[in-house]
Amino acid sequence: MRVNVTVNGEQRQADDVWEGESLLYMLRERLGLPGSKNACEQGECGSCTVYLDDVPVCSCLVAAGQAQDREVRTVEGLAEGESLDPVQEAFVEAGAVQCGFCTPGLVVAAHDLLNRVDNPSDPEIREALAGNLCRCTGYEKILDAVRLAASRK
Amino acid sequence: MDFLRPSTLAEALAVKAERPDAVPIAGGTDVMVELNFDHRRPAALLDLTRIEELRTWTPGLRIGAGVPYVRIIDELGAQLPGLAMASRTVGSPQIRNRGTVGGNLGAASPAGDTHPVLIASDAVIEVASVRGTRMIPVDDFYTGVKRNALEPDELIVAIHLPPAPGPQQFAKIGTRNAMVIAVCSFAISLHPNEKRVGAAVGSAAPTPRRARDAEDFLSAALTWEAPKPLLDSVKREFGELVSQAASPIDDVRGSAAYRRHALAVMARRTLGWAWQEYLEGEQACA
Repeated sequence: MRVNVTVNGEQRQADDVWEGESLLYMLRERLGLPGSKNACEQGECGSCTVYLDDVPVCSCLVAAGQAQDREVRTVEGLAEGESLDPVQEAFVEAGAVQCGFCTPGLVVAAHDLLNRVDNPSDPEIREALAGNLCRCTGYEKILDAVRLAASRK
Repeated sequence: MDFLRPSTLAEALAVKAERPDAVPIAGGTDVMVELNFDHRRPAALLDLTRIEELRTWTPGLRIGAGVPYVRIIDELGAQLPGLAMASRTVGSPQIRNRGTVGGNLGAASPAGDTHPVLIASDAVIEVASVRGTRMIPVDDFYTGVKRNALEPDELIVAIHLPPAPGPQQFAKIGTRNAMVIAVCSFAISLHPNEKRVGAAVGSAAPTPRRARDAEDFLSAALTWEAPKPLLDSVKREFGELVSQAASPIDDVRGSAAYRRHALAVMARRTLGWAWQEYLEGEQACA
């Protein structure tokens, strides 16, 4: 089937989409946006987190066809041209990136938190990132990055 | 595979009548996992996310089957504290943004987080087909492991449950606070207007299950008119009866013996919290 969807502000069209495939697969394999990562495929790890109509979701759990006529914003759509989003900037500065696989999902989840909450407490940050797994950092640097980004808002 | 995308409930029911093999999908948090892992190849997917009627709630309360957990927490927490508590324990923010109570009911997993609350608060499930609407008391809804009372041409439309008439509590055991499938869970609902208690266990029997003997014992034992602090013996007996209502199994998440023990502990504790809230409420009124 064909899916028409707005991705990162651009009207996109994907063809030959299998009816059972995920939004994640469509983004990565048909629309050339591999930023969202494919790991657990069951909503456990958060690596594939994207905005769907401004709400963060696991794109592996959205059927591609459910995105028809909707707006998707991926990690590729956070930066303005060459300048990183403040959340991305903070992840780099705080050393919150090691292997990098979980980073896109964490960046989107943190971006959403800071859109909703001005000065999140540590429990609020932990809760907001509870659906994103990182096996490298031990999370401390990630928490540092979110606090840093929040302090600059 | 076909991808069916009705925009109204009437259209969805017509499609489901014609294609009873179509699998409904809303938040996708169960259905997409089965597809991603090749556990299921339905002939068609029936996308329910475009049907506005399923995504609204009205006072009373009637909650559309497609209202996501995040909105139950944000919009209905004061009226339905038990359901909101259970909703907060579902998955992660991403999952709560998508998952729905209708989906919980459709999957009918014995471990579904909202089931014990729905039983303890006497929910009624509204299901519909082109043949008409049925109102199914939640006690009759769960028919087996991952099986429910839906006919092949029916869809879950709404959940009816009254605003909490008294304190409600929910507890769940898992290895961490987020992203946990319940080892076991328990819900209690006080109905002071009827001098009655609702209590149900989750993930501790082939279906979510009402703890009838525990309800009857506690309804009679509580001092509704002139509330007094609870005797330990009452809490213990309640816990025992809740535990006896379960028929748990040993599996990867926990042993049957642990589940029985944990249910008794959760029942005692949640009763303590709920009764304390009732006592404070009564004192404030006096």
